[in-house]
Amino acid sequence: MNLTLRIWRQKGPEDKGRMVTYPVDDVSPDMSFLEMLDVLNERLILAGEDPVAFDHDCREGICGMCGLMINGDAHGPQRGTTACQLHMRQFKDGETIDIEPWRASAFPVVKDLVVNRSAFDKIIAAGGYVTAPTGSAPEAHSTPVAKANADAAFESAACIGCGACVAACPNGSGMLFTAAKLTQLSLLPQGQPERYTRVIGMVDAHDEAGFGGCTNAGECTPACPKGIPLNTIGRLNRDYLAATAKGANNTPGS
Amino acid sequence: MELFTEGDPIADTKAPAGPVEKRWETRRFEAKLVNPANRRKMTVIVVGTGLAGGSAAATLAEQGYHVKSYCYQDSPRRAHSIAAQGGINAAKNYRNDGDSVHRLFYDTVKGGDFRSRESNVHRLAEVSVNIIDQCVAQGVPFAREYGGLLDTRSFGGAQVQRTFYARGQTGQQLLLGAYQALERQIGLGNVEMNARHEMLELVLVDGKARGIVVRDLVTGEISTEMADAVVLASGGYGNVFYLSTNAKGCNVTATWRAHRKGAYFANPCYTQIHPTCIPVSGDHQSKLTLMSESLRNDGRVWVPKTKGDDRSPKDIGEDERDYYLERIYPSFGNLVPRDIASRAAKNVCDEGRGVGPTKLGVYLDFADAIGRLGRKAIEAKYGNLFEMYERITGEDPYEVPMRIYPAVHYTMGGLWVDYDLQSNIPGLFVIGEANFSDHGANRLGASALMQGLADGYFVLPTTIANYLASGPLEKVDASHPAAVEARTDVEDRVQRLLGVDGDRTVDSFHRELGQIMWEHCGMERSEAGLRKAIDEIRALREQFWQRVKVSGTGEELNQSLEKAGRVADFFELAELMCIDALHREESCGGHFRAEHQTPDGEAQRDDDRFAYVAAWEFTADGEPSVLHKEDLKFEYVHPTQRSYK
Repeated sequence: MNLTLRIWRQKGPEDKGRMVTYPVDDVSPDMSFLEMLDVLNERLILAGEDPVAFDHDCREGICGMCGLMINGDAHGPQRGTTACQLHMRQFKDGETIDIEPWRASAFPVVKDLVVNRSAFDKIIAAGGYVTAPTGSAPEAHSTPVAKANADAAFESAACIGCGACVAACPNGSGMLFTAAKLTQLSLLPQGQPERYTRVIGMVDAHDEAGFGGCTNAGECTPACPKGIPLNTIGRLNRDYLAATAKGANNTPGS
Repeated sequence: MELFTEGDPIADTKAPAGPVEKRWETRRFEAKLVNPANRRKMTVIVVGTGLAGGSAAATLAEQGYHVKSYCYQDSPRRAHSIAAQGGINAAKNYRNDGDSVHRLFYDTVKGGDFRSRESNVHRLAEVSVNIIDQCVAQGVPFAREYGGLLDTRSFGGAQVQRTFYARGQTGQQLLLGAYQALERQIGLGNVEMNARHEMLELVLVDGKARGIVVRDLVTGEISTEMADAVVLASGGYGNVFYLSTNAKGCNVTATWRAHRKGAYFANPCYTQIHPTCIPVSGDHQSKLTLMSESLRNDGRVWVPKTKGDDRSPKDIGEDERDYYLERIYPSFGNLVPRDIASRAAKNVCDEGRGVGPTKLGVYLDFADAIGRLGRKAIEAKYGNLFEMYERITGEDPYEVPMRIYPAVHYTMGGLWVDYDLQSNIPGLFVIGEANFSDHGANRLGASALMQGLADGYFVLPTTIANYLASGPLEKVDASHPAAVEARTDVEDRVQRLLGVDGDRTVDSFHRELGQIMWEHCGMERSEAGLRKAIDEIRALREQFWQRVKVSGTGEELNQSLEKAGRVADFFELAELMCIDALHREESCGGHFRAEHQTPDGEAQRDDDRFAYVAAWEFTADGEPSVLHKEDLKFEYVHPTQRSYK
């Protein structure tokens, strides 16, 4: 296959950035999308040019490190698939492909297609956990968990923190990410004691990090490579309302 | 010149004597404690944020130490533990099927082909039950039965169901549990988190590990970080083969730099090759993807009986197929352990009976299981794996058999540590896959997660206190001559890599190195092959330093520079792996020497000569390494020949 790539190039956070066109020939349909970028980069390095910086690590769809806007779709055209698992057989010979970084004010561009997603870590640090210091745990079978709740908790816990939901959202909101963790923990008995302080803490951290608000545009779930359901945001809103009604805030003991 | 010399034997002096089931309890009591007020004044560096590093950093911070944590990824949540699929072993005996701490201990020592330390393995089995309690308390969503209790399943090398799991994403869920505990400590200000930072050197002051030199991967800034102790949790070195199931960034640099500073590297030749991975599809391939071992419960492995049979599998009749695992190993069939299944696949491909475009593949066929149980049942069990296979290969495994081939997956070798998980350098602790300690020559499925979390949550936080309590250490900062020297070395090295400005990319060298290693130090090794590999590695390494082309500068995000530093270290490790494989004139676990096999082609151990840990000491560039032997004694599990026929 022969392709024309138009790739966002930006030297650093201060650079304005621009789309640059690169023809790439002899692409095998069995290549992954990132392997196709590897081929381009090998060529650029030998030509003495700066290779395209992009984040990636496991290349099997679980670490959440890769994230590219491909023709305007987060992770590209195939649903339920991260960019690293997308293969070139999804594209046609002769096609022009636009490749851009995640665009959201909470995810500033570091270089080219690499963005800074540390805002996600801050949301988790603000309450996305169960306080259970090592050694303090009771016997695992002392608290049974209904299978339906355990399965639903797992479904939300499958989030890989890639940021596709934010990139797809017209508001640049991180609500699906936040709601996924909140839903997992609020469905489990272990998550109950901190349930309401958790939701306030995480939503506050979300807002402070510069993410936009959720207006139920519904763009996030279709872009999510793990299919985190939209109703998790409904659960977040319910818990948030309950928490504010109770007067809970993120101060311990209140 | 000789390839190596032999030095004094070494021994683990930390494991207490007495009955094996009392040793950990004894050690915990004898280990000195640090009082809470003093912990606040002590800093511990932890490199890596996988199951071992993440759980250790969180636990040390909970105990009151000041922790500095480092990872090369953009977030601690992305460490490669996240990709572990199958599960985690624990001797809970919830099934009432005869499991016990002693049985898990026994299975692990035997599974490791009698090349691990009994004291360490027993402790691992003891602690396994605490891990499950801890993870459940954190909200890890393990699979559960309808009654609300935890579900377990079977895994290779065991006759009990002791593997806890969260669908095919157990590693992810356990890692997120540790990550969340870590983030809590970051939020409380007890852990200083440094993502996108890579350790490039270890700093020794008066023979003790006192700091590291790191490069900020975004700005390129090189800095020296000092502490009272350093913990390496930087994972394994499978990427020396270029193609492996490891993440692209996994590398040996942290442990290799420590090795060059004096830490012994133990059993580097012990690598695990996993039998069920998606085969290589072409020269562009950048990594390999595992298909869970659980598939062999229902899939049947076969190749055509005749060489070069290019027909589509549908056109090959039953009587023209060779279900070779069922034929050679009638009692275990398709469920033989990983090392056996991998070697058998290699043998049939070497005979010219491999399938697929590259002829390096065998079929894993679900037609019988689909016929017997129905497509729905297979979908429920393996749906996500079938989908992943379809995405990568473009073939539908419900219709045509999967093609699989072995791939490098895990490395049992690593830095030598004593029972306290301390290397031979005081103050340098090594945990998780980065050390060599618990799996001997072959790791059982679902035991890597167990070891990572055992080390990080429970073992290290106890044993490191014993070291720190011997202080207080002299206060040192980044202006100490040893720190300045280490930093200058790193800066020089970066400049040297940038300065070659040759005509070959880092990846092209890495690929070629990987081919040498796979060919001669992979599933089957021989004296002639290993000697050839050593020569080829040396020649290629010389070429690397003359011809590598690294673009850009050191003062920016430069992924080509990052790779160059890692590959340079892989070259040195590769040579040591071959020397270790060459000197070990026996076959054991993942190390199969062609010269040492039973008449029917199975691994032939030589306990009289090789029942020891090979701990290698670095001397100088171009000088032979020194071999130190740690004798292994088996008081509880008597070494036997493994047979799966």
